[in-house]
Amino acid sequence: MKDFLQLQDKHIVIMGVANDRSIAWSVAQSLHAAGAKLIFTYRQERSAKKLNKLLEKNEMDAAVIQCDVNDDESITSAFAEIKEKFTTVHGLVHSVAHAHKEDLNGDFIDTSRDGYAFAQDTSAYSLVAVAKAVRPLMAEGGSIVTMSYLGADRVLDGYNVMGVAKAALEASVRYLANDLGPDNIRINAISAGPIRTLAAKGVPSFNEILSKVEEKAPLRRNVSAEEVGDMTTGLMGALSRGVTGEVIYVDAGFNIIGIG
Amino acid sequence: MADVFEQVKQIVIDRLDVDESKVTLEASFKEDLEADSLDVVELVMELEDQFDTEISDEDAEKIATVGDAVNYINSKQ
Repeated sequence: MKDFLQLQDKHIVIMGVANDRSIAWSVAQSLHAAGAKLIFTYRQERSAKKLNKLLEKNEMDAAVIQCDVNDDESITSAFAEIKEKFTTVHGLVHSVAHAHKEDLNGDFIDTSRDGYAFAQDTSAYSLVAVAKAVRPLMAEGGSIVTMSYLGADRVLDGYNVMGVAKAALEASVRYLANDLGPDNIRINAISAGPIRTLAAKGVPSFNEILSKVEEKAPLRRNVSAEEVGDMTTGLMGALSRGVTGEVIYVDAGFNIIGIG
Repeated sequence: MADVFEQVKQIVIDRLDVDESKVTLEASFKEDLEADSLDVVELVMELEDQFDTEISDEDAEKIATVGDAVNYINSKQ
């Protein structure tokens, strides 16, 4: 049988597992099943604890490294450690975003300067910074995937400053794709439908969005984190070797619907 | 009532990594069980899933002890 994915023993960095509900965790499970060797990064100690527990429970062997995407020094030392341990990296999954809770309540127009900058820094610039850090390690070419949401191009109540950050993230994917293409490094975003993660709980209208999608999406249901994990594996693997700079919707088709 | 407490207890033990003996009805999540704000959100999500209910942010803020969680679930069933 032909090996379509060619992910066996490939080194893939996964950023953003907070707990077992995290999209990044489903990505990890899918990539693990495809034979990849995983390297996890975390920001908070609490995530490291959860991660180690999850790895143990699932009998997965992986490296776990501290990396605060808001801090250049932390990024530099994390990728130095990755280089030392693994020499090359073939893939990176960026599943990281954060905004202050007060900026998700009320009107977008009331976003503070600080809150705006923080959301951009954590959720969009972090991709630019880690792409730069991982590029020298992707000597054999590579694939980067980041997670976005429909709030990047449509207005969704309560998504506010995060929608603007996701718009910047998607635009960054396109510019990064152009910079990284000559090194045979691809970069794409997945725009996932709403999934009940710890982060999503911070969006006030989240439950309403879930039921709206179930009612209106072409598939008449919501998507699971596993489905996003599998698409990420698709974008990591050789089947997608001609694809870069794209935003791929894994949302049961919701984004194509006009009048809801 | 006892059943709900047992179920809540298991969720708390699993999520907060605490010893069973500490999980009493009077135990406060933040003080006695050392839960941070994200732990509390995780707990609320787990309760929502296991008891098939929706807990609003305002209601969630009022759940301070294990007993509060048990009473809340009971009141919804």
